[in-house]
Amino acid sequence: MVLLKIKFPFQKRVRLAQGLWLLSWVAMFSGAITFAMGVFLKTELHRRSEVMHSMDIHIVPNLLMAVGLASVGINICAGKVCQDSLDPSRFPRWKTFLPPFFCFSVFITSLLLVAMILSFALQPSLEESLKIGLKNGIRFYKDTDTPGRCFQKETIDRLQIEFQCCGNTNYRDWFEVQWISNRYLDFTSKEVKDRVRSNVDGRYLLDGVPFSCCNPASPRPCIQYSLLDNSAHYNYEYQSEELNLYNRGCRQALVNYYMGLMNTIGPCVLFDFLLQMTILVSLRYLQTAMEGVIGQENVEIETEGYILEKGVKETLLETKEKMKKILQFAQVGDASAVTPDTQPDAEKPATA
Amino acid sequence: MAVLPIKFTKTKRDKLAQVLWVLNWISVVTGIILFSLGIFLKVEINKRQDLMAESQLQSVPNMLIAVGLIACVINFLGGKICYDCVDTNKFLRWKLVMLPYIICTFFFTLSVLVGALMCYSMHGQLEEALTLGLRDAMRYYKDTDTPGRCFLKRTVDQLQIQFQCCGNEGYRDWFQIQWVSNRYLDMSQREVVDRLRSNVEGKYLMDGVPFSCCNVNSPRPCIQYQITNNSAHFNYDFHTEELNLWMKGCRQALRDYYTNIMHSVGLTVLIIWLFELSVLTGVRYLQTSLENVLRQGDPECESDGWLLENSFVETARSNFNIIKHLGKFNQINISSNGDPNIDKPPTAHYGPDNVPPKPLPMAS
Repeated sequence: MVLLKIKFPFQKRVRLAQGLWLLSWVAMFSGAITFAMGVFLKTELHRRSEVMHSMDIHIVPNLLMAVGLASVGINICAGKVCQDSLDPSRFPRWKTFLPPFFCFSVFITSLLLVAMILSFALQPSLEESLKIGLKNGIRFYKDTDTPGRCFQKETIDRLQIEFQCCGNTNYRDWFEVQWISNRYLDFTSKEVKDRVRSNVDGRYLLDGVPFSCCNPASPRPCIQYSLLDNSAHYNYEYQSEELNLYNRGCRQALVNYYMGLMNTIGPCVLFDFLLQMTILVSLRYLQTAMEGVIGQENVEIETEGYILEKGVKETLLETKEKMKKILQFAQVGDASAVTPDTQPDAEKPATA
Repeated sequence: MAVLPIKFTKTKRDKLAQVLWVLNWISVVTGIILFSLGIFLKVEINKRQDLMAESQLQSVPNMLIAVGLIACVINFLGGKICYDCVDTNKFLRWKLVMLPYIICTFFFTLSVLVGALMCYSMHGQLEEALTLGLRDAMRYYKDTDTPGRCFLKRTVDQLQIQFQCCGNEGYRDWFQIQWVSNRYLDMSQREVVDRLRSNVEGKYLMDGVPFSCCNVNSPRPCIQYQITNNSAHFNYDFHTEELNLWMKGCRQALRDYYTNIMHSVGLTVLIIWLFELSVLTGVRYLQTSLENVLRQGDPECESDGWLLENSFVETARSNFNIIKHLGKFNQINISSNGDPNIDKPPTAHYGPDNVPPKPLPMAS
């Protein structure tokens, strides 16, 4: 029972080949755009790699780049097949090439769907990676004299200014770390000694934030220090003050930014996927229709095109049998090489 | 004696016409480029309008926009003319229009040149506009409750963060103005009252700067207040401290930014001007060679093309005379002006000796 049979008169075949050739050019550009979007996403992720702990999320742009490149190659092949299908003498040379080509192309195209699904599925992983990365960044903020960490202050400051965010979850994260280096603390002063003694780890903790948390939209000059002390500043109440610092946490800001990027890229990838599948299905029809013409004297006869010669289950069984045969062939070859003695031994008792 | 004559065979003329047709279409594209450069410049100046005092700066982008639009129209017309010039018959249609077209285009290219030069000469105006504008913006920094000025704090803060600059010429400009609003000053505190009394105008001045002056590259947390007081901070010497605040002044930062843009735009406009001039020269040669073909009568013959028929001096003189006579067309013609039909003393010619005959004796 043939799957999705369609009759193809000569004119319809020709038109299918021509339309498919045009469509393969469009899909080539679409593949190139997918590649470019993958490159863009990877660059954006790389720019903030200093505040990301793991690189799991990079699989999404990597997939997009690989599929984009592969689809350019696939579509060039498809275009060539279409050109040759109009000439029955040149078409037969594609006969052995096309079935594995289809399997490969369907696999590559399905990777696009996988990339889209991953971009949603990996969001928790991205969030976790950012949480750890930002926590480390805030912890090492003061270590501007330690090689390997000296850039953290600048990174975190620039991040907070650019994304208009403060701290990991919110500004209170800064109250829990010592972000002022000991080099700039006067240990002879009573205030410093009190603060350092007030906690177990001997850290200088204060209810203040770095300047990069300041919100330019605030009507009053920025209050960075003694944030929880209403009496330290005139006409100030920290419970109701919203414009003084950035309220957002940097983790949320970055996750939103990257999700926004991927949501913009999503529809383009979906379009590319649908286009590519359309081309593959049409190419399959063209191939099967042309196979009916090969060897015939009159090339203008009507032929049938189909997706699968037999039904889905039967095709799968056939493919399994084929695979078994190939594997068995390899196995039998090994068996006859390893045990040439067992068979004569088995026969011997019978003849004894 | 013609200026720069070149001989043109028929094929050379045809090729010139075709090349000029393509070049005219390219010039339409460059006209669009000029237009978009003008728009870009206008947008860039408008973005920082709050920081620039009133000045004639808007004239440069407006000029570029106008010139770009006119360039598109002129070159479109030129393309049409050159397309028709391949055929001598079609050229007759354009014959009378071509010379005025060339003169108009010549003056138009002059205005393109003026536009390019304007881009380069804007320095002085720009500097003055920026000085006054930044000074006012810093003065009204604290007025976040005054309608019309409430956004200036945000603008100045974002400017200092983005351009990595502080104050007008340096961070000390902030020491001379009150940038903390009175609404946030506790007038009951002695320190505040002392500061207010310490100067004539009653302003709250201090040696501190807003947070947007802080340098991200500094290894230590930003020191914004008591900048000139070394003892207020541990391990701090403001004479040698360079990384704490942005050292550049915002006037210089903005001036450099706009100068870069203006120079790039000016260079592009100059290149476009040279291109337009070369296209105009080609059109002039085409026009003169085709007119000479018509004068000689044979469409296939070789003809001369030139820039000017006579030398510069003679052409200038004859044009000047034409302009002089144009101005006199509404004056009454008397004999001294040369109109031969008006009464004037007869000066009949009486033969080789020019002796008037004796009057004939009358019969009595």
